[in-house]
Amino acid sequence: MTFINYASREINCKIVYYGPGLCGKTTNIQWIHEQANPEKRGKLVSLATETDRTLFFDFLPLDMGTVKGFKVRFHLYTVPGQVFYDASRKLILRGCDGVIYVADSQRARMEANIESIANLATNLKENGFDIRTIPYVLQLNKRDMPSAATVDEMERLLRFRNEPMIEAVANKGTGVIETLKAAARQILLELQKS
Amino acid sequence: MAKLDLVMFEEEYKLLQEIIGRLQKDAQAKVVFLVDKNGQQIAASGDLKSIDATSLASLTAGNVAATDGLAKLIGEKEFSLLFHEGEKDNLHISIVGKRGILVVLFDQNSSLALVRLRVKKASKELQDIFDQVENRAQTETGVGARFESPFSEITDEDIDKLFGD
Repeated sequence: MTFINYASREINCKIVYYGPGLCGKTTNIQWIHEQANPEKRGKLVSLATETDRTLFFDFLPLDMGTVKGFKVRFHLYTVPGQVFYDASRKLILRGCDGVIYVADSQRARMEANIESIANLATNLKENGFDIRTIPYVLQLNKRDMPSAATVDEMERLLRFRNEPMIEAVANKGTGVIETLKAAARQILLELQKS
Repeated sequence: MAKLDLVMFEEEYKLLQEIIGRLQKDAQAKVVFLVDKNGQQIAASGDLKSIDATSLASLTAGNVAATDGLAKLIGEKEFSLLFHEGEKDNLHISIVGKRGILVVLFDQNSSLALVRLRVKKASKELQDIFDQVENRAQTETGVGARFESPFSEITDEDIDKLFGD
């Protein structure tokens, strides 16, 4: 649910990183946080366990500049990927404008990827969204892993609506910004339609 | 989009800001925030320099969402009030209407009773404005009916510019 403030000329959009446990959602936004101009980024808030697993969410506000005289601000959230945190995942999707699905390229995680997309579809539906129409990007992360499945194979298993599909190695920053950009593009074009 | 976007015009924003400002003074609070349930800050008043308002808004919304989840688990519709007591500062969080959260930060210069009393009055006024915003969104077909949306002509170039290309 985009918040457009005509008084302060601001648009705030919420983007959620979704995916199975340890696929690299937090790594994506940590990399963005490290790279972003300190004046434009807010504080990275991580609600994590002692072992650095996301407990509730990570949050990073980013000032992107202006479009048509409006200041555009993205609020990036990640969900906890572990299966048993489903109630939290559902809450975080509330009012989101777009979803970035981070898939783990390792062959052994393919089943977890598929399960997590199904879980995303259910949780979006419960929040009143449709996975087939909401702005959506598929990121194939960990492309540098020796056990990575081929892109063709992953596309066949995980891509379902001709969404932008981006190869990434999030801990090195490869594909991270491209992914965010692809999501931003869809969200802003959606604003145009409404 | 699945749900109506929250679109706020200057006159409504001014009214909200006025109520928040008055509440902050009357309740002798350090800071008062109005946040929406998705974690976006709508209005604020008080000594804002000392606080990371964006994080506060997002964490408050997370907190309310989690508490909402708890309420539903035990068969309650929601918990409309949360109070966090600290050594020096306290947080009073209350739900306004369907989508607003009112956050009052106060110390020993005020009291929970005073804050509760003032919040109750301000909530009613805030609720009326939220209703207005909602009604307008429902009766008019989006922003376009009021005036041309600034986003109707977004180009790829505009989007590239955001990323510094």
